[in-house]
Amino acid sequence: MKNMNKSTQKLLSTIGVIVVLYIVLSVMEGTGNLSSLLSGLLVPVCAYSLVAVGLNLCVGYLGELSLGHAGFMCVGAFASAFFSKVFMNTIPDVPRFILSLLIGTCFAALFGFLIAIPVLRLSGDYLAIVTLAFGEIIKNVINVIYIGMDSKGLHFSMKDMLSLGMEPGGTLVVNGAQGITGTPRQSTFTLAVILLILALVITHNFVNSRTGRAVKAIRDNQIAAETVGLPITKYKLIAFTISAAIAGVGGVLYAHNINSLIATTNNFGYNMSIMILVYVVLGGIGNFSGSVVAAVVLTLLPELLRGLSTYRMLIYSIVLIALMLFNWAPSILEYRNKHGLTAAAIAAKFKKKNTKEVS
Amino acid sequence: MKKKLLSLALVSAMTASLFVGCGDAAKSADGNDQATEEAAGELTWKIGGIGPTTGGAAQYGTGVMNAIQIAVDEVNADGGINGYQIAFNFQDDEADAQKSVNAYNTLKDWGMQILEGTVTSGACTAVSAETYNDRIFQITPSASSTDVTTGHDNSFQICFSDPNQGTVSADYIADNGLAAKIGIIYDSSDTYSSGVYQNFATETQAKGLEIVATEAFTSDSKTDFTTQLQKCKDAGAELLFLPFYYTEAAIVLTQANQMDYAPIFFGVDGLDGILSVENFDVSLAEGVYLLTPFAADAEDEATQSFVSKYEEQFGGIPNQFAADAYDGVYIIKEAIESANLTPEASNEEICEALISAIQSVNYNGLTGENMTWNAAGEVSKDPKAVVIQNGAYVSVQ
Repeated sequence: MKNMNKSTQKLLSTIGVIVVLYIVLSVMEGTGNLSSLLSGLLVPVCAYSLVAVGLNLCVGYLGELSLGHAGFMCVGAFASAFFSKVFMNTIPDVPRFILSLLIGTCFAALFGFLIAIPVLRLSGDYLAIVTLAFGEIIKNVINVIYIGMDSKGLHFSMKDMLSLGMEPGGTLVVNGAQGITGTPRQSTFTLAVILLILALVITHNFVNSRTGRAVKAIRDNQIAAETVGLPITKYKLIAFTISAAIAGVGGVLYAHNINSLIATTNNFGYNMSIMILVYVVLGGIGNFSGSVVAAVVLTLLPELLRGLSTYRMLIYSIVLIALMLFNWAPSILEYRNKHGLTAAAIAAKFKKKNTKEVS
Repeated sequence: MKKKLLSLALVSAMTASLFVGCGDAAKSADGNDQATEEAAGELTWKIGGIGPTTGGAAQYGTGVMNAIQIAVDEVNADGGINGYQIAFNFQDDEADAQKSVNAYNTLKDWGMQILEGTVTSGACTAVSAETYNDRIFQITPSASSTDVTTGHDNSFQICFSDPNQGTVSADYIADNGLAAKIGIIYDSSDTYSSGVYQNFATETQAKGLEIVATEAFTSDSKTDFTTQLQKCKDAGAELLFLPFYYTEAAIVLTQANQMDYAPIFFGVDGLDGILSVENFDVSLAEGVYLLTPFAADAEDEATQSFVSKYEEQFGGIPNQFAADAYDGVYIIKEAIESANLTPEASNEEICEALISAIQSVNYNGLTGENMTWNAAGEVSKDPKAVVIQNGAYVSVQ
């Protein structure tokens, strides 16, 4: 442990906390001590954490703002749900889910790649604008896609169900605005935690790799990096594609946890994209474990505030503002420094106590 | 390393203690045999409701919530169901499928035995998959998609299903020879609207009606319909079929009037409420056909008492979803009474008993007479076609 660098130590402790939480929660679920609300939230929380980790790679290390990560999540969700639905009766459960996970991830990565090619050649806030548009386009396109399946194969239409020309016994796989219904429910908490840890390890290794250092160099000073001879576009493309792929994994988990998958503004529109950006900013830009913590807290918060009934969303917004100020307002940070209320100071106290106990 | 391990252990101990608190609360609410015991030691029926009370669809969810509350208060004042009072808990889902499942899990922790919800179709489809697995009886006042009931023997609808509305509308237009050339405007981003549209289009083909224009809009672009109207006008549509809600329909009617386009307008149950839209010239709605199971200005005593109670307690005029929700409580009551159940039964027993009981119920309520249910979960009540004359609904059948 001593000869490891700081970021690796941090990664290990994050994974440690996740594993411990996982064991505690699984035991509680197994013994029936976990409320239905919490056990229902386990998978969505992991899914949102994944997307937040993906976006943090883009915002924190690539230094580009993306407002379309819900769009990549949407692509991953629909691509994988479509695959699962079509091969529901032909491929056994486990290989089918592995395949649909790969397909969802690849599709999200592909779309991220295609969007990044023209946009990342530019410098400035263009990526934010284009990804915002992308998220909206994806949502609206999915809302007009109709795909049916019968003995002759797949039928596709962008007009309505009737123009599919299906045989009477055919099933509708994607039904326009009504989305995909009846996706097999295969996302489990175990799987979600494994994927989340995997994503944390991958992003951590990526940002500390040769490529990652190049990406950081580009973020810090593009002109200097260019002068040294780094292929700017290539490195930017790699980072953004990985970021989109991780968001896609989040989408796959989300899609296989719910019976009716519909693309609305609430779950895959700009609202959600901005919500994910909030997770990243609140958790700390460039801080992956922070993103996970923020995603968990902000997903649980509105649900745990249900007792307040009508005032729920109002209180939620106020708590959000308060949390943001507590974490990032300069005067509050100064106050916290003075009174030893920073995370580092609290951890230091903790360590002192521990050393006493140990000695 | 030791420090790290120790701090990890402490962290986990802390979180565990945090969640154990939740667990205990859940446990007491979960063992539903004892859970229904209130502080006073009395058993109650625990009926849950889910719907959007915040966000874009809040008006529908709020209406349903208020109407169920009125019905529950009435039943409780009347001595409850089989002598047991009803406890009612309504949770917000923002019309989102995932949030709806969260709301459902919250209600489950509370000890819900019967679910009256959810209000919107997409969210309801997600929740009915959950109730089906958990064996909790579910009746929805307003989620009209067939996905809600297909394959879920425990889900029942009080409103007409989408196919029912689309088919009945097409039949009515064909049988009465209202028009030969039909234009359609629908909301392609809404499950209800596109569901009705699809079934309407299927039936018009069978009936030999000609659809000359099909124009769509989405929830992001529902403030201007001049393009869609112009296309229908150019195509020579004599009748415009409008399968969406009254707020948008009011804009369509106003804009059609501005461009001197006066086809026959034909709406479904979503159009109910158009006469109470603010800043809308009601005279424009003259001659509009719509399907509705409920009219707030009906003369009968039950409707009048419901509407006046609603106005008194919550303000505003209830729409048909509210009326469906109000009926829902009495339908549950009737089914429970005919199955002779008590709250001591487990959720599964209640669910199985109600599934068979509701199919023998014959209910007269605000939204229809002789309402019966089939095993598929669909209600059988006749959609009433009405036409608006002199600012009031006039039955045309």
